[in-house]
Amino acid sequence: MTSWIEIGALTDIPRLGSRVVRTPHGNIAVFRTESDEVFALDDRCPHKGGPLSQGIVHNKRVTCPLHNFVIELASGQAVAPDEGCTHTHPAKVENGVVWLSVRLAAAVG
Amino acid sequence: MLDKVTKQKLVVIGNGMAGIRTVEALLERAPDLYDITVFGSEPYGNYNRILLSPVLAGEKTVDDIMLNTVDWYEDNNITLRKGETVTMIDRRTCEVVTEAGARVPYDRLLIATGSNPIMLPLPGKELPGVIGFRDIYDVDRMIKASTDYRNAVVIGGGLLGLEAANGLMKRGMNVTVVHLLDTLMERQLDPVAGGLLRKSLEERGMLFKMPAQTQAILGEDRVTGVRFGDGTELPADLVVMAVGIRPSFELAKKAGLYCERGIVVSDTMQTYDGRIYAVGECVQHRRQTYGLVAPLFDQAKVCANHLAMKGFATYDGSVTSTKLKVTGIDLFSAGDFAPGPDKEEIVLQDANRGVYKRIILKDKKIVGAVLYGDTIDGPWYFQHLRDGTDVSHMRERLVFGAANLGDGGVSGQSSVAAMSDETEICGCNGVCKGAIVKAISEKKLFTLDDVRAHTKASSSCGSCTGLVEQVLAFTLGGDYSAAPKVKPLCKCTDHSHDDVRRVIVEQQLKTIPAVMRFMEWKTQNGCHSCRPALNYYLLATWPGEYRDDQQSRFINERVHANIQKDGTYSVVPRMWGGVTTPSELRAIADVAEKFNIPTVKVTGGQRIDLLGVKKEDLPAVWADLNDAGMVSGHAYAKGLRTVKTCVGSEWCRFGTQDSTGLGVKLEKFMWGSWTPAKVKLGVSGCPRNCAEATCKDVGVVCVDSGYEIHFAGAAGLHIKGTEFLTKVETEDEALEVIVALTQLYREEGWYLERMYKWCDRVSLEQIRKRVVDDITNRKALFARFAYSQQFSQSDPWAERASQGVDRNEFAPIAELELA
Repeated sequence: MTSWIEIGALTDIPRLGSRVVRTPHGNIAVFRTESDEVFALDDRCPHKGGPLSQGIVHNKRVTCPLHNFVIELASGQAVAPDEGCTHTHPAKVENGVVWLSVRLAAAVG
Repeated sequence: MLDKVTKQKLVVIGNGMAGIRTVEALLERAPDLYDITVFGSEPYGNYNRILLSPVLAGEKTVDDIMLNTVDWYEDNNITLRKGETVTMIDRRTCEVVTEAGARVPYDRLLIATGSNPIMLPLPGKELPGVIGFRDIYDVDRMIKASTDYRNAVVIGGGLLGLEAANGLMKRGMNVTVVHLLDTLMERQLDPVAGGLLRKSLEERGMLFKMPAQTQAILGEDRVTGVRFGDGTELPADLVVMAVGIRPSFELAKKAGLYCERGIVVSDTMQTYDGRIYAVGECVQHRRQTYGLVAPLFDQAKVCANHLAMKGFATYDGSVTSTKLKVTGIDLFSAGDFAPGPDKEEIVLQDANRGVYKRIILKDKKIVGAVLYGDTIDGPWYFQHLRDGTDVSHMRERLVFGAANLGDGGVSGQSSVAAMSDETEICGCNGVCKGAIVKAISEKKLFTLDDVRAHTKASSSCGSCTGLVEQVLAFTLGGDYSAAPKVKPLCKCTDHSHDDVRRVIVEQQLKTIPAVMRFMEWKTQNGCHSCRPALNYYLLATWPGEYRDDQQSRFINERVHANIQKDGTYSVVPRMWGGVTTPSELRAIADVAEKFNIPTVKVTGGQRIDLLGVKKEDLPAVWADLNDAGMVSGHAYAKGLRTVKTCVGSEWCRFGTQDSTGLGVKLEKFMWGSWTPAKVKLGVSGCPRNCAEATCKDVGVVCVDSGYEIHFAGAAGLHIKGTEFLTKVETEDEALEVIVALTQLYREEGWYLERMYKWCDRVSLEQIRKRVVDDITNRKALFARFAYSQQFSQSDPWAERASQGVDRNEFAPIAELELA
């Protein structure tokens, strides 16, 4: 069963930006696109562990600030020809509130 | 999305490199616009015709040179009708008609029928054993002949003929090349290089009969020999005609399209019938026809742009270069090398090393180059040729190549051909030559961008770009297209940096979305390359008006600190001119201890770096530093970084002027300004130059009679001494010139283009004219800089530490205690 946790207001995250949710298992980056969709990923680039939350967001992608790996926000997949995947967590917006469902197995590691 | 029924129909006649490259580019731009049908006479997918020679020579197989397999067409919903020949275009009904009588309607038609080998009208030309050299079928026949027969004659001593001859020789045949003229490859080589080429081919066992005119091909049931104009004869079991190609345009002509030596097209690759486009070897553009691959790719890009209904790209013609694909022979030729009254040449000839280089100059620019034996600098000369670079400042060393121009030994240090597969090419990403070669051959890569995307080589600092280009040229065996002259800003657009800057001013565009909309960006929100560039251009163009877009800033500029490999940050407070005080040092020490900052280091720019600061501590660290009177050192900025100084006349027994004082003055005036790339200054108090001012972006060397102003130096990826700009008598004049120079750079530089690259591009004379000679202009530049400074000189640390700017940036949105 999915258990949703309220993490804050949508307006707390800048458009085309990100905020971090701290958990005992590591940070989760929550992104907001231009059209106010939200996505949550482990805050670790599959390449060298760079903090994706610090990257530039464009459309539904984020560029890692360390070595410019581009990651798909929806799937966590690196954009070809790069390879790698970071874990995703379900996230949604309801009435301006952002909800997150932490996939524990994913956040570990 | 358009549904299937309403999609327009695009028919492509010709399944070769030009046609399919156009389709690929079109799919990239407008994947859903057309239903696409491709007709190809050959029973294959699309293959790399340039590499037929290595197939003939047994160095590659047909599979190696396939570019698009049949699956690719299926995956992209393209109907491939291979083995079907279009015999008529019915322009009245907008249909093409095939040999078998099928009629296929089109809304847009693309003709890419390529070319045919010229078959000389000699008696006996229809005998079995007489062939051209054009497609896989020809290659198959030649390979078969080489197993059954002994003697081959190749008619034509041009590029194609020599490659055919080499391939047949490698397959064990006894080969004689017959050429009408006394110089081989006369369209690409001068007589000296042609002679060297002939000599080394002869050493490999190739025979030549030249100058010689072929009169007849002899034989009854099959070719048995060739007779020449002088009456002599040669035995031959195989005759390959490689005297040239002729654009294939009969189909177009029959349809009433205007043709001369090819199908005549406009700069938008349209024929006289606006619905019908043409690209490749079958076209004639501005009186030129092309038989090399690089121009075809340029044309394909423009054509795709129009088919995608973007409608702004134009094709202005191409300059081409060639390289002979005969393994072991290094030969490169580009541009126009015919002697002329207004041309000058630089020649280097070293008979023992077998090296010959001839560079042809006109109006201080390279217009042609012929290299034999040592072709490592071919792409480098070609780049300058295409860019029209003024090379007068490097003229005396030009012939020795890029490696001898003080690039710090990073580019072109040795021939890639001689490197082992394990040789590291890209030091940043640890990519070896073997990995690049493998990616190019396996993934069918053609361009530098492809190689960057697949291997990461040259994608970081870029200093190995020259080497990677050489590996490309070497692996593809020639016809490699160097980066186009006008580079698009990034993959999101076809527009160049200059275009974007110009349009921002002309159209008064004042936001990033406005620029993207007006210039028809191909992506939503751009990418990490173009957004920071656009943000800078808008900021520099509309000071005080444009609101800086934080989300388009690289993280360092967004949080005013430098991100480190572990996600922590480094903090560098400003030390004006490298001068500090006991109380500042005490405050730095206190901050380091209070926040458990693990490393405190002195930087190369005479400041102190606090490394390993946690992001959430940044505002508190800044608050403490602010309290001690320190502000951000912008060590992260594409902006003014440091002003390095020596102690100067205040203390030094040799000092001629107050270099420290001038340095502080410059830094106080210029700090906070954003520039295309980082800017570092240096002020030395005497010509001993202890501040190392002559390798900075801008350097001042004080002398007894005043101030020498230098600029465009570099001491990073490239090592380059500065250029002397001018000498002035007073500090105020020095400040005015330096500020005006920086402002010109701010207004004209491309984002991430360092000052020395900008200077290379626009030329020292141009800059001197506008900053030194034209005093009115200098004062205007100075005034514009000063105006924009009033909006940029507020300490970003103070704004965030005490004024609450971007408070959200530094704290987590939530902390979860997961069960």
